[in-house]
Amino acid sequence: MARVVIIGAGHGGFQSAMSLRDEGFAGEILLIGAEPGLPYQRPPLSKAYLKTGDAAALAFRPEGFFEKKAITLRPGLRAEGIDRAAARVHAGGEAIAYDHLILATGAITFRPPVPGLERAHELRSLADAERLRGLMDRPRRIAVIGGGFIGLEFAAVARAQGHQVAVAEAADRLMARAVSPEISDRFRRLHEGLGTELYFGSPAAAVDGGGVDLACGTRLPADLVLLAAGVRPDTGLAGEAGLALENGIAADATLRTSDPQISALGDCASFPDPRRGIRIRLESVQAATDHARAIARRIVHGTAAPYDALPWFWSDQAEARLQIAGLALPADRSVQTPDGTVLRFDGDRLSAVESVSDPKRHMKARKLLAAGGEADLERLAAAAYDLAVL
Amino acid sequence: MKLTFIAHDGTETVVEARPGDTVMSTALAHDVGGILGECGGSMMCATCHCHVDPDWTAATGARMDGEDDMLDCAASEVTQTSRLSCQIRLTEAMDGLVIRLPEAQV
Repeated sequence: MARVVIIGAGHGGFQSAMSLRDEGFAGEILLIGAEPGLPYQRPPLSKAYLKTGDAAALAFRPEGFFEKKAITLRPGLRAEGIDRAAARVHAGGEAIAYDHLILATGAITFRPPVPGLERAHELRSLADAERLRGLMDRPRRIAVIGGGFIGLEFAAVARAQGHQVAVAEAADRLMARAVSPEISDRFRRLHEGLGTELYFGSPAAAVDGGGVDLACGTRLPADLVLLAAGVRPDTGLAGEAGLALENGIAADATLRTSDPQISALGDCASFPDPRRGIRIRLESVQAATDHARAIARRIVHGTAAPYDALPWFWSDQAEARLQIAGLALPADRSVQTPDGTVLRFDGDRLSAVESVSDPKRHMKARKLLAAGGEADLERLAAAAYDLAVL
Repeated sequence: MKLTFIAHDGTETVVEARPGDTVMSTALAHDVGGILGECGGSMMCATCHCHVDPDWTAATGARMDGEDDMLDCAASEVTQTSRLSCQIRLTEAMDGLVIRLPEAQV
């Protein structure tokens, strides 16, 4: 194979380039990113970066790294189309040939059809974070639409800086898609304790220059509005190229798309989960990097063991660190242990462990879940839900 | 302040470091190699594993809460001097610190 082209220079795209070299790939690697500058880490954008403004600290690696590894980085170049018959990517007037193409296009902010929503800021890119930081140089009245990880991380930083903050969540609890009701409640108390106003069960109905109207009629006065009501997989290029889509770009157990010459990873890709036996899509650094490594191994060595890395997630909100090992669906049962850890069960099978500021517990859970299959409800109950016993 | 990295094959790299930065971020910023730091220093992975030179373990101090468990997941052998380099924040007292890198991080 002579040339691998990667579209998207986020966590997954960067890791793909690096892993290809680490696995011994000797051909050309072209890493195309729509954003300017060096590839950078996104998690700190809603955490440390908002506080420090230190953009240089976000770069994965310095410029010299790309030269040394013979990775051709093409920042500020937007891929406009994929010609699968000719195996070429069209970008900025060029037709870039590929022997294998990796789609690492990530996700885009979900924009519900709400009048005036164009006034709301989003927090996906470094440019977004820079803009928000600039606006937060004086006391603001902030409304956050969406009580998920990004909205709450942002809200916690904004409160610590003394801004007035209100968060409107359309569901009846925080982070409802990702965590148990018990953890939602714990973080509700945390944010209320920080002085953040929380509104539940009512989506935003309109945004104007003076704030946000919720569907229930409540008015949130604001001079800064953040839209953080989730994301959608960026499937534009893949869809136009006729690749199969299914809650993202549909990939198989080895992360190939419906075109075997094209792989997809991270936020933009759905794939079969061997643990639950369903197709899932993950929005996490873990999935992006583990997918990238698996794809690189397959390209270089031709090995194609089904992808089965354990999902994990984290979110830093004020002093609390939420850590999740495994993947639970909203309907999974939850059992809270005396120390506050929440175990989730898919039937009798342990599906996830949610802990707060307890890194030991989190790592034990990851080891247990990665080993797989041993942690059914009955055994855990007999052990008083002590993961260390297993 | 100076910081010396010794790769698994013995190659030494001396870099100019800043107090307040971590050993991990210093290694990445200077493209030292041998440290991945996949989670960006959030102590969510074990890909910035390093060995503190025995002469410097007093200066770098004890492991942080949870670091032991994370190191259990490291790809290379963990010893008494093993640390996650994202958890070592440089101070003036660490000028001259010597860090040895393991064979593999994943």
